Amino acid sequence: MLNRRSLLLASAAAATLPAALKGAAAQTPRDVLVFAKQIDDIITLDPHEAFEYTASEIAANVYQKLVTTPNSNPAQITGELAEKWEVSDNNTTFTFTLRQGPKFASGQPVTAEDVAFSLSRAVLLNKAPAFIINQFGFTKENVAERIRATDARTVVLKTAEATSPSFLLYCLSAAVGSVVEKAAVMARAQGDDLGNGWLKQNSAGSGSYAVRQWKASESAILEANPHAVQAPQVKRIILRHVADPSAQLLGLTKGDYDIARNLGADQIKQLQGNPAYTVQSARKASLLYLSLNQKNPNLARPEVRQAIKLAIDYAGIQKAIVPTTYAVQQAFLPAGLPGALTDTPFQHNIAEAKALMAKAGLADGFEVSFDYSSPAPFSDIAQAVQANLAEIGIRLRMLPGEQRAVITKTRARTHDIAMVRWGSDYFDPHSNAEAFSINTDNSDTARARTLAWRASWEIPELSARTVAALKETDPARRSEMYLQLQKDHQQSSPFVMMLQEIEIAVSRAGVKGFDMGPMNDRHFYTHITKA
Amino acid sequence: MIENTSPRAAVPSGGRARPSAARLRLQALSATAASVPITLFGLALVTFLIGRVVPIDPVLAIVGDRAPQDVVERARLELGLDQPLYVQFWHFLGQILRGDLGRSVMTSNPVTQDIARFFPATFELATFAILIAVLIGVPLGVWAATRQGRWVDQAVRLFCLAGHSLPVFVLGLVSLLLFYATLEIAPGPGRQGLYFEGLVDERTGILTLDALLAGDMPAFRDALWHLAQPAGVLAFFSLAYIARMTRAFMLAELKSEYVTAARAKGLSGLRIVWGHAFRNTAVPLVTVLAMTYAGLLEGAVLTETIFSWPGLGQYLTVSLLNADMNAVLGATLVVGLIYVVLNLLADLLYRLLDPRVK
Repeated sequence: MLNRRSLLLASAAAATLPAALKGAAAQTPRDVLVFAKQIDDIITLDPHEAFEYTASEIAANVYQKLVTTPNSNPAQITGELAEKWEVSDNNTTFTFTLRQGPKFASGQPVTAEDVAFSLSRAVLLNKAPAFIINQFGFTKENVAERIRATDARTVVLKTAEATSPSFLLYCLSAAVGSVVEKAAVMARAQGDDLGNGWLKQNSAGSGSYAVRQWKASESAILEANPHAVQAPQVKRIILRHVADPSAQLLGLTKGDYDIARNLGADQIKQLQGNPAYTVQSARKASLLYLSLNQKNPNLARPEVRQAIKLAIDYAGIQKAIVPTTYAVQQAFLPAGLPGALTDTPFQHNIAEAKALMAKAGLADGFEVSFDYSSPAPFSDIAQAVQANLAEIGIRLRMLPGEQRAVITKTRARTHDIAMVRWGSDYFDPHSNAEAFSINTDNSDTARARTLAWRASWEIPELSARTVAALKETDPARRSEMYLQLQKDHQQSSPFVMMLQEIEIAVSRAGVKGFDMGPMNDRHFYTHITKA
Repeated sequence: MIENTSPRAAVPSGGRARPSAARLRLQALSATAASVPITLFGLALVTFLIGRVVPIDPVLAIVGDRAPQDVVERARLELGLDQPLYVQFWHFLGQILRGDLGRSVMTSNPVTQDIARFFPATFELATFAILIAVLIGVPLGVWAATRQGRWVDQAVRLFCLAGHSLPVFVLGLVSLLLFYATLEIAPGPGRQGLYFEGLVDERTGILTLDALLAGDMPAFRDALWHLAQPAGVLAFFSLAYIARMTRAFMLAELKSEYVTAARAKGLSGLRIVWGHAFRNTAVPLVTVLAMTYAGLLEGAVLTETIFSWPGLGQYLTVSLLNADMNAVLGATLVVGLIYVVLNLLADLLYRLLDPRVK
């Protein structure tokens, strides 16, 4: 399939770069920061509805949550609106005491009533990200009773069953946990929409910025919240939709943009080391892996699964094809998320892989289909995988397709091997653990079609361990359980975890302080400064 | 091809009793009117079938990859995807006849609302581009035809060849590099400058017009400045075609006997070319212009991408990449409707331009 962005990039980069790199001519004003970014993914700015990358990022800067995690130490949960919290002995009642001081952009103080309203609103609206909150047993029927403000500074949450505090707190730190100003939102409510129609295009938060305007596929403008606890130095943030990476680069070099967010790997490579620009990166919670369908008898053999994991040249692929935009990651939790395992036990070892194939009685190899998303760099990675597996006799029938077509096939379990991307939904190990290591009903009519189900991998024991890790209330013990789960999963699963995406932002010299995290709701603008 | 599109071809041969002019007009209008619903029906059928045969589960786009299977099945039933294809198509037709193009999965807005939001940007760009293309392309074509075989003609042909064969994204990027990055006489991508972001209230969605309505001349000049480059790139692509066709039509006319007769009568070259020959190229030229304009109105995806122009082309592309079939079907139907309407307008213009058609 023709990928317009890569096509444009490949055709133009060589021609445009030398002249473009000459240097900036114009400057954006000191108190205005302009991002060049593909922002056509925004469909709503309501934090209880939005689940898209850019909207989550805007929510992170416009709203505050009860708790958050600093990017410098993602495992540490710190209070944002909450000054402190207490957990009942049975781990079902969580009492939050709010700080004094945070104010909405309107100047009104943030109250416990606003917090209770916001969390309840996420449940009542029941939009895409609501499941992150609903998994604690909140429903439309019980939310009024289970999420309550008991006084002006105290909010009490009652979960349906004993809950790991770290699990609840990580989930509350997601964009869906954003606190909106009840009075401002309800004053604009239409019917029973709880102000959703208005909040799609506006904001009512206590974060560093407030939404001034959003024009779909054009721009989003944020103004500093004059009442913010931490007043940002840059008074206005403009996110301009610049779809083409070459145009982003041109604008960056001309001084029209301060930070470019979607440059291509070749462009980034050429800018690295240039003192006029700063290249910063953050590992994204997005993995690229192979799913080996266990319905295929050859792929169901443990030796074959292991041989495939050993045959792939992870480091070679990363260095040759995606040196700046992906890193090797071989566990189901992406680096940067709490509890992530960063060991890379599988190295390109053809001799051992061949020995395992022979042990499985398949020394002559076999042929299987291979579905993958066709645009670059996935097509190049797929070809490298094909070459690697050919070395141990596994012949891949290449079936490139549109990403959703590949997902459709894996959901129907009609693939043999598929190369798929998976992004974590929220900042807790369970987000990926549930997907990769729970499958208790392997029937074709199963309700939960986790990634393990899609690989036809029935794992009652591992599923039970995953649920146990979810429920573990001691944070250190919980983290240890996830580490062990990943180690076992790494060796036995029909998933070949290969690469983790890296997000890159290139700033002009003098622009500092853009704080990038592993998920989009953890990219912060508050400390950005311009020289 | 030139002869077929020429009004001369429409002149009936003699020998038979001619139907009355009124009857002919009525027949022509009925034929045109009848072709509109048939064309739209065909378009709806083809786009609907394409939407159903792609190997992507349409439910996936709606409920997402993470949804449990019962939610997927419920959505499938709600969408009527369990029904036979002809029943689904029947429902789809009923829906569009009521003016309802469905709801976009991607934006969760009614598709009509989305199109109303993205179309003005495309309309502005396309209209400006076609104006430039006509104002330059037509005189260029006429000029080349009057100097057939000479250096002017060769230069125009080379110019047209470049405009027609260079991919528009190359033109766009080269234009940005030259006028924006090197010469610094044009702005970067986008519809308005940094200082004007959010200043003009959106009334029509056509930024230049909105700025004028607001009486904000600096914003108007800024919008016009930003419009000039993408419109110029699109116009270059279109004017090459328009100039080439104008030249061909003019050459056919200039070889006609009536031109020889006019020359023999001693009429000035200017009068022969513009007063006689050019007037006779008007009818086929209107068809060319209408179709070129329709092509521009459907949204120039690559130009819109390079210049970050939030138009219909970008909307259609993003919808396609997200398997948002309601949006794709809706936008395709609107594009089809634009073609039909412009074709109809061209037909009506024939009657104004050519007395014989009357």
